[in-house]
Amino acid sequence: MYSDFTIGDPVVDTAAPEGPIEDRWEKRRFGVKLVNPANKRKMKIIVVGTGLAGGSAAATLAEAGYQVASFCYQDSPRRAHSIAAQGGINAAKNYRNDGDSVQRLFYDTVKGGDFRARESNVHRLAEVSVQIIDQCVAQGVPFAREYGGLLDNRSFGGVQVSRTFYAKGQTGQQLLLGAYQALERQIDAGRVEMHSRHEMLELVVVDGRARGIVARDLVTGEIETHLADAVVLASGGYGNVFYLSTNAKGCNVTASWRAHRKGALFANPCFTQIHPTCIPVSGDHQSKLTLMSESLRNDGRIWVPKEMGDLRPPQEIPEDERDYFLERQYPAFGNLVPRDIASRAAKNVCDAKRGVGPSGLGVYLDFADIIERTGRDAVAAKYGNLFEMYERITGEDPYTTPMRIFPAVHYTMGGLWVDYDLQSTIPGMFVVGEANFSDHGANRLGASALMQGLADGYFVLPVTIGDYLASNHLEPVDPDAPEVGEARKTVDDRIRKLLSIDGTRTVDSFHRELGHIMWDYCGMERTEDGLRKALDLIAELRREFWRTVKVPGSAATLNQSLEKAGRVADFLELGELMCLDALHRNESCGCHFRAESQTEDHEAKRDDENFGYVAAWEYAGAGEPPVLHKEDLNFSYVHPSQRSYK
Amino acid sequence: MRLTLKIWRQSDADATGTMVGYQVDDADEDMSFLELLDVLNEKLILSGDEPVAFDHDCREGICGSCSMVINGHPHGPQKATTACQLHLRHFRDGETITIEPWRAAAFPVIKDLVVDRSAFDRIIQAGGYVSVPTGAAPDAHATPVPKVHADRAFTAAACIGCGACVAACPNGSGSLFLGAKITHLGELPQGQPERDGRVVRMVEQHDAEGFGGCTNTGTCTVSCPKEIPLDVISQLNHDYIAATSGRGRSA
Repeated sequence: MYSDFTIGDPVVDTAAPEGPIEDRWEKRRFGVKLVNPANKRKMKIIVVGTGLAGGSAAATLAEAGYQVASFCYQDSPRRAHSIAAQGGINAAKNYRNDGDSVQRLFYDTVKGGDFRARESNVHRLAEVSVQIIDQCVAQGVPFAREYGGLLDNRSFGGVQVSRTFYAKGQTGQQLLLGAYQALERQIDAGRVEMHSRHEMLELVVVDGRARGIVARDLVTGEIETHLADAVVLASGGYGNVFYLSTNAKGCNVTASWRAHRKGALFANPCFTQIHPTCIPVSGDHQSKLTLMSESLRNDGRIWVPKEMGDLRPPQEIPEDERDYFLERQYPAFGNLVPRDIASRAAKNVCDAKRGVGPSGLGVYLDFADIIERTGRDAVAAKYGNLFEMYERITGEDPYTTPMRIFPAVHYTMGGLWVDYDLQSTIPGMFVVGEANFSDHGANRLGASALMQGLADGYFVLPVTIGDYLASNHLEPVDPDAPEVGEARKTVDDRIRKLLSIDGTRTVDSFHRELGHIMWDYCGMERTEDGLRKALDLIAELRREFWRTVKVPGSAATLNQSLEKAGRVADFLELGELMCLDALHRNESCGCHFRAESQTEDHEAKRDDENFGYVAAWEYAGAGEPPVLHKEDLNFSYVHPSQRSYK
Repeated sequence: MRLTLKIWRQSDADATGTMVGYQVDDADEDMSFLELLDVLNEKLILSGDEPVAFDHDCREGICGSCSMVINGHPHGPQKATTACQLHLRHFRDGETITIEPWRAAAFPVIKDLVVDRSAFDRIIQAGGYVSVPTGAAPDAHATPVPKVHADRAFTAAACIGCGACVAACPNGSGSLFLGAKITHLGELPQGQPERDGRVVRMVEQHDAEGFGGCTNTGTCTVSCPKEIPLDVISQLNHDYIAATSGRGRSA
């Protein structure tokens, strides 16, 4: 259905302040209208998702005095997928005295995103980063420390300073537990109503404003309406459209997609991050991919044999027959080039038949040098848990045999379009964390996702949502309003339809097939022909899904097949929009590599003149071509240049 | 590989469950244990049966969702490994494997292998936090923390809240989970102001949820996929006694 699109009016971020960039956030904070504490108690905010962004937002809004209703599909808010982030969180603290500053973090992030992010947003992120670390330490997050008692730092890809704070390879877990504990404290205080094992299936829009959600209780199957003064989506990314990704199995696009269908623009959907250091696929049974933290690239060296088809075990390949291809191609950054560049380089050596492992889709990540230099114990102290994880999954010991790694889908920079206030194009619906598109441009730097999630939830949204609530006098919504009934009916009809098809194919088989199409044609390298083919294949697959899917069981009980079916149905629509976005963006930038647009040495070639914009897509109805709205990006502080890490 | 599975099937919280046998002929030693269940479920769906319900999410051993007793061991026989990271290379071709949900009074079964662990959330609600609202926290370097304390706090904080400790305990006690949070926060300067009140309230909540008492069998720490050490329970007892005997700092 999406073989075509139309072009609509440009989209403008009306909330963004002007003036010197370092004053803009302060200016906005002073400019917002405040809600008086007595009124906050009467206002209700729904927060969907309990990861770093949603958990921190729900806790902070409740502390501020609002009534909060929080939703997650997991059995506990503590299990949201932020928990799996390994490497760390960036902050411009300059504790190392290595020349770091807010300005440098801002610069690195805009450049790392290949000049497809908004300067104002990124600068605010860099400013707020400093407060996040303070807040988390005060909560008791056990960051790694040095013997003097101060916090330790490490360096990460795309950066030449050490600004990453970490807690072994479990930084996401520790930060999430900090937010979770703050949230549980508010639940205990009666200020947050927690709905675990609930999934948002529809947005309620009344008089053009987001006023609630329809959710399914995943245990009883009951369809519930929850009404509020504002809705916050913190429902994460959509990497699972590829079936295999580093996302948790339950991660999905449904909350975002239902909002998109109700009028929220979806920005840059094709910007998906393929992470260079994941454990390679071992067989057709594979259900997910496991990331090995990027921090390993600090000390591990990436190589493949120089010769094609060299099947000797790695230890038997002498030094001069190895190609440390990142160090060779990018001497300035070496193994610490940004993720998009490292992934593509690995793909290229594997395409040249120099990949390793049974499938030939892998490269070595070798720790022999660092083990020799600092000893096994020092390496174990830094990476012990990651090495153990690798051994559990592969049965190989990385202390003695180099790890095998290959790129995998990890994060989505695209997401629902939001303005500087993090408000979507549906008034009253705000989007935070990975679910929005805002800060990472076409490529996210390592250790920046945790920073953005917590910046949005702890420090940005609580300010900006107040302005919306103070500026709009909202009457309570009548639960019997036609818009509410219609939203419930959409949910009921869809569930009934999914259960009634009773066809011949499982939901997972469709999901796998969609994943193959997306990986082959909308993965690390994209071409016009491939994307056109993918558009046809997805449309056909979606038709087949609605004809032949088999969803067992009933709607009135815990039914995991039904949950998956709804999510895959939405992925089947999103996949098309991603391919269309990738097709229309006839340039290479960051993670989006169009084979037609490359420099002589095969690096991504941007086209700022024609594509220096955010592509924000409007849903125009089933079977109708979507409408493209462009938001022009202006760079006054970091001037777009060909990214070079050489 | 060819495996026989005996799995607890229970249609809802009120139903009487039973062990049901299944055969999987095309298992592969590189599969994870949950992928084995995926393969079984695909077959069950196509043959018109209901698939086995089980909790899972990240499948990389950190979210704490997966929760099944495999051959009598919570998360299965491999040390320091959650069910999602357990691979079939640790089983023999032809083996019969039993799979049951967590068994504990405080974790009622919802369906098949899915149990209700919300009691753990309520224990955290009773004080498993530092009361610092979002705002102007002091600079992160304002309070140095000796590395030994930071490291011990981290070791305890690594708990994933899966509940294997409770499932393993003959008393169905949640003391390892509780002790881990008490130790994590008690080891840090930020956790001191609320230390006494925290332990008293959290212990009360633990008991009210129906978890049993600790008799130091140590099965919890053996089953713990994150190897939370048993001394967090000593710490819990120490802090509880200090708080309730009037010797506490803020009593």
